[in-house]
Amino acid sequence: MIRQPANMLIGSALLIFIGGMALTAMVWTPYDPAAIKLISRLKPPSAQFWLGTDEFGRDVVSRLMAGAVQSMTVATLTVAFAIIVGTIAGLVAGYTRGTVDRILMVFSDALLAFPGTLLALGLMVISGPNKYGIILALGIAFTPSVLRVVRASVLSAREREYIEASRVIGNSEFATMFHHVLPNCTAPIVVLATSMFGWVVLAESGLSFLGLGVPPPAPTWGNMLSAARTYIERAPWLGLAPGICISLTLLGINLLGDALRDRFDPRMEQK
Amino acid sequence: MTSGTSSPLLSIRDLRVTTSNGFPILHDVSFDVEAGSIVALVGESGSGKTVAARASMRLLPKAIKPTSGEILFQGRDVLTMSEAEIRKVRGAEIGMVFQEPMVSLNPALTIGAQLVEGLRLHEKIGVEAALERASEMLARVKIPDPAACLSAYPHQFSGGMRQRIMLASVMLLRPKLLIADEPTTALDTLTQREVMEIMVDLTRTFGTAVLLITHNLGLVAQYAKKVIVLERGKLIETGSVEDVLHRPKEQYTRTLIDALPKRDHDRKPLAAAAPLIEARDVEVTFSGAGNMFSTAEKKLAVRGVSLGVQPGEVVAVVGGSGSGKTTLGRAMLGLLPLSGGDVLFRDRSMASADKVAARDFRLQCQLVFQDPYSSLDPRQTIFDIVAEPLKHGPKLGRAEKTERVKEMLNEVGLSGLSERYPHALSGGQRQRVAIARAVIRNPAFVVADEPVSALDMTIQKQVLDLFRRLQENHGFACLFISHDLGAVSRVADRIVVMQQGLIVEQGSTGDVLDNPQHDYTRALLEATPTLGIAA
Repeated sequence: MIRQPANMLIGSALLIFIGGMALTAMVWTPYDPAAIKLISRLKPPSAQFWLGTDEFGRDVVSRLMAGAVQSMTVATLTVAFAIIVGTIAGLVAGYTRGTVDRILMVFSDALLAFPGTLLALGLMVISGPNKYGIILALGIAFTPSVLRVVRASVLSAREREYIEASRVIGNSEFATMFHHVLPNCTAPIVVLATSMFGWVVLAESGLSFLGLGVPPPAPTWGNMLSAARTYIERAPWLGLAPGICISLTLLGINLLGDALRDRFDPRMEQK
Repeated sequence: MTSGTSSPLLSIRDLRVTTSNGFPILHDVSFDVEAGSIVALVGESGSGKTVAARASMRLLPKAIKPTSGEILFQGRDVLTMSEAEIRKVRGAEIGMVFQEPMVSLNPALTIGAQLVEGLRLHEKIGVEAALERASEMLARVKIPDPAACLSAYPHQFSGGMRQRIMLASVMLLRPKLLIADEPTTALDTLTQREVMEIMVDLTRTFGTAVLLITHNLGLVAQYAKKVIVLERGKLIETGSVEDVLHRPKEQYTRTLIDALPKRDHDRKPLAAAAPLIEARDVEVTFSGAGNMFSTAEKKLAVRGVSLGVQPGEVVAVVGGSGSGKTTLGRAMLGLLPLSGGDVLFRDRSMASADKVAARDFRLQCQLVFQDPYSSLDPRQTIFDIVAEPLKHGPKLGRAEKTERVKEMLNEVGLSGLSERYPHALSGGQRQRVAIARAVIRNPAFVVADEPVSALDMTIQKQVLDLFRRLQENHGFACLFISHDLGAVSRVADRIVVMQQGLIVEQGSTGDVLDNPQHDYTRALLEATPTLGIAA
């Protein structure tokens, strides 16, 4: 009874906090996140630098805030891309079966045969290291798994009698697909989207680590994390700060995702 | 054989069962099951009959607990036994057959493995010997090739066969008590009779007592000695089948008895008229699941059927599972492609119809499904479900539409539930919603595919009465598909009997029921449980 609103509350509070951080960073940060000041390099957290400074003397708080903007746009747009394309393709594949299904599945299986990061890497080489290249590359790499999940739940949903009932009523195939099949497949999509968000943040940091992510000096949580690796013993705050930010974001998204999924499922009401 | 045991085999004394938040499910229920006898536990869904039976094996879900009373099995209280003791009772002393034969066998194991498992759990016996015994038992439940059956998987068998295999696996341990929880509800009339006969025969041979849980009083009359009537967790009436069914003391028992299908002759004969819809030599083939290298064998589900339905006429199509009746209904609605023949609607061929004509036809026809649980979209409110057909056909204003839906819901007795979702409704209420959805656009022709066979007897009667009232008010023609001649006799003008894709007999309801010509019709009639054939 208490769990439900608590999920919603904590989840949205966390996301509002992270989102607020990103929005503020667009107009103001305590210091210039890219300004190198070697005198104050690797300073521990203090009143002047709340979360310390990195190896080039840049303020970690400022970089976290600016990084939030980058990481959030990359993650959100990538997830949106993969979910939208994957859902539509999965819906069409699962609902029509036949030739369209077979062609789409061959494509998605071929893509799934490559490890996601490797695939993104290859695509990045084509587009070159920039933000939209990453989004496209990661988006394409994550689409097949969405397609698979959506297709599977469409396959089970389309056999239910209410789908046939909708046809008997006179609804077009298109209307049946969007009004009756899609709403009954949302639960796995929401779960997938929330967990994918985490993978994308990590994948982006992996690409950044390989020098193919958002190009430096623009900070992202991923490249902050990978840069911090070298100084993990001398300056642990460097890794902790972006790490905690990533975790909090994921926690927020997962809590909110669960709450939303339950909220929109009429069957959960009475529980 | 058991004889002369003074104390009953199973004796339930003042059993009270409540949910974890204190809501009572059984109120101080007491009854006995004597060794070797068949006792029926009767009531509607939610009457607590399954809970009472499961309690005697201590198989209740965690949220439901017996709070007082005792369950004596051979003089020992099941409720106070240790886990080890109760495990010895389960299976070996008390066996249980479930309602759903499709899901009660493990699809990943062979029949042999499942039969041997239970046997070896309770008896010291080698695999070879166990398989031998299993094979014998399969022969007893009339499985054609027991040796082959042992190495086969459950999906290779039909519902009736699976239920017999289930019965074999339970009887293999020769339990003293068999709990049969709606063992034939999911089966068609003929298979139901077959399974019941085998069960009664087998338990009589082994001297096993049967606690038969059912909502079907016809079955009770035919097979049981004693009957216990439960309503909402309370014991209403108990006594010999003769007494309770023929001289019921309680109003509730009378309601149950009245719900049994009865003939009434108040349907006026229709004047002969041109058929509204007509099937001409309709053939439907299914191409089965082939693989990459071979095309699968084609299966003729409907083999040249001709059938006309007049405006306002209710034609019942009756037959067992696999007789092609459902396929015929769907083919007539254009939901399945015809492989031969034609369907004529208002004298226009639908096989060669253009898009406009096909759509016009579609909008004038409706279908009511068998399973009210899967035919309603769980994400739509009742209002939206019933309103949806109005999107097509003549345009209506918002207020008009709301008015129309309200009227319709009123007519099916569901006013006030329009904002609910399907999961909050009972099976009978859901079927009313499905009927409202089918009727709201004033269709000319409705196919009702086993609309009541998933419902309790009392609810069946209510829904059938509603269906008939709507049919009389709106005057639509109807193809009423059913395996149950009893249900059919309530609504049909004419009966068509199908067997293996062919019509074997047709005629007015009275003629077919009173003077059946074909053997198959007679078998169906005989298998229909009624109070008349009381043992």
